[in-house]
Amino acid sequence: MNSPADTSRVTSAKIVIAGGFGVGKTTLVGSVSEITPLTTEAIMTSASEGVDDNNLVPDKATTTVAMDFGRITIDQDLILYLFGTPGQTRFWFMWDELVRGAIGAIVLVDTRRLADCFSVIDFFEHRKLPYLVAVNCFDGKQLHDLNDIRDALQISHDVPVMYTDARNRESTKQVLIKLVEYVLSMRRTRTVGVH
Amino acid sequence: MVLGGDEPTGSLVRPYAVTRGRTRPQLEIALEALVETTARGRSGQFLGGREQKVIVDLCGGRLQSLAEIAARMEVPLGVARVLVADMAADGLLAVHEPTGFDADGGDESVGTELLERVLSGLRRL
Repeated sequence: MNSPADTSRVTSAKIVIAGGFGVGKTTLVGSVSEITPLTTEAIMTSASEGVDDNNLVPDKATTTVAMDFGRITIDQDLILYLFGTPGQTRFWFMWDELVRGAIGAIVLVDTRRLADCFSVIDFFEHRKLPYLVAVNCFDGKQLHDLNDIRDALQISHDVPVMYTDARNRESTKQVLIKLVEYVLSMRRTRTVGVH
Repeated sequence: MVLGGDEPTGSLVRPYAVTRGRTRPQLEIALEALVETTARGRSGQFLGGREQKVIVDLCGGRLQSLAEIAARMEVPLGVARVLVADMAADGLLAVHEPTGFDADGGDESVGTELLERVLSGLRRL
């Protein structure tokens, strides 16, 4: 297969945007995406066992899960996608596909509903997916100290926690930059650790 | 393609009707994998059906991910995956797999180089 177009390797990468329902994931994606965020619907068939307490029904459950995503062309041959995860935390099987191979994740947090992101953080830690916590400031109000939020979420001191305004392009850009810098620094630490 | 007399027509069809009921793709394609129409696809001679024509047109300009194809065609992801995998097997589309960044997989140096490119790209935004 010697296609002349294949002189350079065309590839893509993705970053996952997670958080509770209504926290502003799609707004964040839309603030930097070069396309209006698109929605794709995945039809999921999974055994309902363990998902619902519905063990009396042994057959499979079908659910439609919608996710929003955006796109940033980094170079002609490198495209970055931002995928907003379904707000419902019980769709683990969807997340598995979402997080596979991802650079990392941004957990978008609303301080009024901190508990909404506990299960997401557990999941990323379990999957060893690097993540940072971005606290969405609704109306520009920074209501809480970032260290208090870190304590409340019980996350490691290495994990970046920062304020953001999901509506603001520059603010979202800084969050994405921070995540990639964090992932790179983790890689460097790992490499040093080998020697 | 010869359709049987009982084949459903119109838009009110079950999502997997366009794949003739198949839910397993010939090829596992990631959400963010990039799809490009090949010269064979562009020639238009080998297309089998309306969906294939739509996909060939969609991916004939700039690269589109599997997720974009599904969203723009308004079909579930699984349906787009079966359609794209079939067309890739027929040489109508080229599928460019994403670079994975899993901590314990892939070539570490390739991943690091790509991350640096993503970082400088984001800074330029």
